Amino acid sequence: MAGMSISEMEEMARKCRVEICKMTHRAQAGHPGGSLSEIDILCGLYGHRLRVKPEDPDWEDRDRFILSKGHASPGMYAVLAEMGFISHEDLKSYRVKGGVCQGHVDMKWCPGVDFSAGSLGMGLSFGMGCAVAAKLDGSSRNAYVMVGDGEIQEGSVWEAAMAATHHELGNLKLFVDCNGIQNDDFCEAQMRMFDIPAKWNAFGWAVKVIDGHDMTSIVEAIDWMDSIQDQPAVVIAKTIKGKGVSFMENNPAFHGAAPSDEQLAQALSELGVEA
Amino acid sequence: MSRMAATRDGYGDALLALAGNPKVVVLEADLGKSTKSLHFRKAHPERTVSCGIGEQNMLLVAAGMASNGYIPFASTFAIFTERAFEQMRNGVARPNLAVHLCGSHGGTHTGTDGSSAQSIEDLAIYRTLPNVVVMHPCDDVSTKALTMQLPDLGKPSYMRTARNKTPVLYDGKENDIQIGKGVVLRDGTDVAIIACGVLVHESLEAAEKLSAEGIDATVVDMHTIKPLDTDLIDSLAEKCGAIVTAEDHSVIGGLGGAVAEHVVGSTPVPIEKIGVHDRFGESAGAEEMLEMMGLKSHHICDAVKKVIARKV
Repeated sequence: MAGMSISEMEEMARKCRVEICKMTHRAQAGHPGGSLSEIDILCGLYGHRLRVKPEDPDWEDRDRFILSKGHASPGMYAVLAEMGFISHEDLKSYRVKGGVCQGHVDMKWCPGVDFSAGSLGMGLSFGMGCAVAAKLDGSSRNAYVMVGDGEIQEGSVWEAAMAATHHELGNLKLFVDCNGIQNDDFCEAQMRMFDIPAKWNAFGWAVKVIDGHDMTSIVEAIDWMDSIQDQPAVVIAKTIKGKGVSFMENNPAFHGAAPSDEQLAQALSELGVEA
Repeated sequence: MSRMAATRDGYGDALLALAGNPKVVVLEADLGKSTKSLHFRKAHPERTVSCGIGEQNMLLVAAGMASNGYIPFASTFAIFTERAFEQMRNGVARPNLAVHLCGSHGGTHTGTDGSSAQSIEDLAIYRTLPNVVVMHPCDDVSTKALTMQLPDLGKPSYMRTARNKTPVLYDGKENDIQIGKGVVLRDGTDVAIIACGVLVHESLEAAEKLSAEGIDATVVDMHTIKPLDTDLIDSLAEKCGAIVTAEDHSVIGGLGGAVAEHVVGSTPVPIEKIGVHDRFGESAGAEEMLEMMGLKSHHICDAVKKVIARKV
């Protein structure tokens, strides 16, 4: 499906936002805020670039996508349903016993998921392993990873950042979803991270900062990432937590809280769903 | 005098012997010279991934490679693997990725580096993880034999090796070694001494001493702590009616804990546990540490007499 137009991907993101709100409402649990902040990037990546085969999810030479911020699983499940890895009916299994849509994305449960997430700071290292393996195979496949900005407070992220540069992993591509909010509060209150692009630059990564909700910028950034071949590349995406639903936007309360019935109705209305 | 060797050398030899399989890769965290993965690195630098001094990253790079069809062997000191315990738990064991982790320099036998290096809890913590096979062989031959079987295991493993040399028991007998199967090294009917690692040799010595006193002991090398060879343990409990476990590890949760947990639910017999009794070590020679911690053959003899006295 890669090769979608900008407007097609924007529409896909809108539909995914609807599903994110419905999933978390249905489960009365989960993480809508970070799913809404990441969703434009996910749609851009899957729609524009990711070399995967929904009909053959275990295809060995596929690009890998590792959602390290695995709590933002509703976003990824919505995209996997749009892509055809799972059905829209499967989305109803989010956080339900026996469901493919486990609370955090899990490679043992859901087709199209390449990494069992749930503990922050692990995905970049796992992605590095995928990138090393691709190089050993002589394959041109890439490993794409997404982390949250709060997540980079985990020290092991920087073990991976240093090692990826040492091994000149031009096939390792990272998105940092900088929505500025973590579990307890704004990142500024919990742990100030100061100049995030400078940190990645200092670790030897190619760095680009974009608006993570502008699809044209996202597509350009993915093309830029793929042009970098001799070092790992990171896109620092400025995003808004809860983007697209007014009362969730930039609101720490919706990091890990589900919308009520009334809130769902308002959210769907704002997202263009007719009552 | 039998040949002396360190189990870590058996690990290094095995990696080199496995190199013919192009899917075998080695990951290091700046201790390849110590864990003995350096032989593989010298021969196959293209298949060796240096992770610097970063164990957490190493475990997950290995997991990522395993998910791409490779067979990763990652090693560092046993104590430093523990720093990456949650990576082993969530990134390796949970998705059941066949990463093979080796922790060298395990136990108080590690000696003069002192308590910070003497892992006495590794077997216990890894044993709690679903999917993970846990091993602690007693000599270089059995270490090599077990390691050679890992590419076909299809699930993750943890193996503890030791820094210092101990007598070799399996020269010419590598075919006796099979993951998950204890080896009866000496047959007796009064007591079963079930040991692993450096205490297997001490147990054999103890059995010789006891024999002179008319006590006839079975000695088992229980190199695989998980899955535990429960059929063998049940038959020994039945036959001997008393068990002594022996390990250079805490008495909490390791081989002794595993045996006791099983026996209490199948064939309850008295058990005495030789191991480290809820304390840290200190800097001393390997033999001095065994003496200090109560892990020598004479300690095992005392435990045997005690457990036999408890037989009903």
